Amino acid sequence: MSTKVQPLTATSAVAPATSLSNEEILRYSRHLIMPEVGMEGQLKLKKAKVLLIGTGGLGAPLGLYLAAAGVGRLGLVDFDVVDFTNLQRQIAFGTADVGKSKAQAARARLSDLNPDIQIEAFETQLTSANALELFKDFDIIVDGTDNFPTRYLVNDACILLGKPNVYGSIFRFEGQITVFGMPDGPCYRCLYPEPPPPGLVPSCAEGGVLGVLPGIVGSIQAMETIKLILGRGDSLVGRLLLFDALGMKFRELKLRKNPNCPMCGEHRTINKLIDYYEFCGVRGEEAPGPNVQVPEIAPKELKARLDRGDDLYILDVREPHEYQICNLNGHLIPLGELPRRVHELDSSREIVAHCRSGKRSAEAVDFLRKAGFRKTLNLKGGILAWSDEVDPTVPKY
Amino acid sequence: MAVKVMIPTPLRVYAGKRDSAEFTAATVGEALGHLTAQFGDLRKHLFTEDGKLRSFVNVYVNDEDIRYLAKENTPTKDGDTISIVPSIAGGSLLACCC
Repeated sequence: MSTKVQPLTATSAVAPATSLSNEEILRYSRHLIMPEVGMEGQLKLKKAKVLLIGTGGLGAPLGLYLAAAGVGRLGLVDFDVVDFTNLQRQIAFGTADVGKSKAQAARARLSDLNPDIQIEAFETQLTSANALELFKDFDIIVDGTDNFPTRYLVNDACILLGKPNVYGSIFRFEGQITVFGMPDGPCYRCLYPEPPPPGLVPSCAEGGVLGVLPGIVGSIQAMETIKLILGRGDSLVGRLLLFDALGMKFRELKLRKNPNCPMCGEHRTINKLIDYYEFCGVRGEEAPGPNVQVPEIAPKELKARLDRGDDLYILDVREPHEYQICNLNGHLIPLGELPRRVHELDSSREIVAHCRSGKRSAEAVDFLRKAGFRKTLNLKGGILAWSDEVDPTVPKY
Repeated sequence: MAVKVMIPTPLRVYAGKRDSAEFTAATVGEALGHLTAQFGDLRKHLFTEDGKLRSFVNVYVNDEDIRYLAKENTPTKDGDTISIVPSIAGGSLLACCC
């Protein structure tokens, strides 16, 4: 079921006359010659104020297309700095931007694309303390974040302020897009009342993302934002668009407003922003430390013992494709297979288990010790620490 | 009734990397039961210890959310597609565990 959306900008006779310069008319000529946009539509875009939460994988194509389209005011919220590994998908940045503030680098790139619009960089982390203040001056919020606590924060702030929230999310090669926060439409909590607890989310070995995936999903978010501003087409309000990049299939599911939703339902019980990290069962922004405490060996100590000729059995609990990137010549048993392949190990030998950063191998050591392998140690910091402290020729990933 | 269960990316690793599986089932609950019987590792990702569907996992029959139908008792007919749609949020370290 589709929803025709009312345009957001005022159309009353007393609306201030914003006009387009000759240069703008030329810049946007391909919009202006379409009856669906025309001068009226382009003026709506010029008067629109859109806030982008996140300038990374989703935010990059989003920001680029909204700037190209002539959205008059763009806000970019990102507290992070550009990392080398971002360049695989965060196409608003160049190699020279590594180390710079993402919000500033994105602003520079978007300003280059379109110097006629107003672009503000907010180099701040979005929190319950600042979200309402940040959002109130914008018409539409676009959620391009990468974690659950912020998703719930953005949702709740939008509902409290009555702002649409153009939502997009990705995982590896799958995406979801919809529009929350419209009158009579659902909100994020209608779809997912609760976040997954951290322990149940797939691990890094099954993570990663096809770089172009957020490019597609972010572009769809830009399209939905522009349609909301223009009041044209059928919005994704009440529709959850699922995208499977590998199968190249789009599917659509009905997204209903939950009448009992504590946020947007008939009887709201949440009237202010909460502690979203607590809600999602995560404390603070740091990556969670290892869940288990097990005996460890530092990379330098392992190196010293191997050089001495100690009889150590190196067990690598990563995935086969990681082994191909780099390895310590260890015996590979992926963590998930360890329980059924434990017979391949000799409990009389001293085993040093490692993974990429030391977390999965800590779980392996914990499992093995409980299974009777008393002489098992975890390589502290994993192969990343080995590269840092012992052998820099080992690539990090 | 022959139904197809679509398995979302984050859960495929627990289902032998398959993106779908077909079963004969009269209700959604029965289909999910067959699914977790065949792929035991999926169970804890879909259900709590007391057998309830996890709140961050939504299930649809064709394009309708079962919470607005008869939940796990929603009847299924030949050719229906059951979709499992978990909450996803991309890959920050907070969502990752290594």
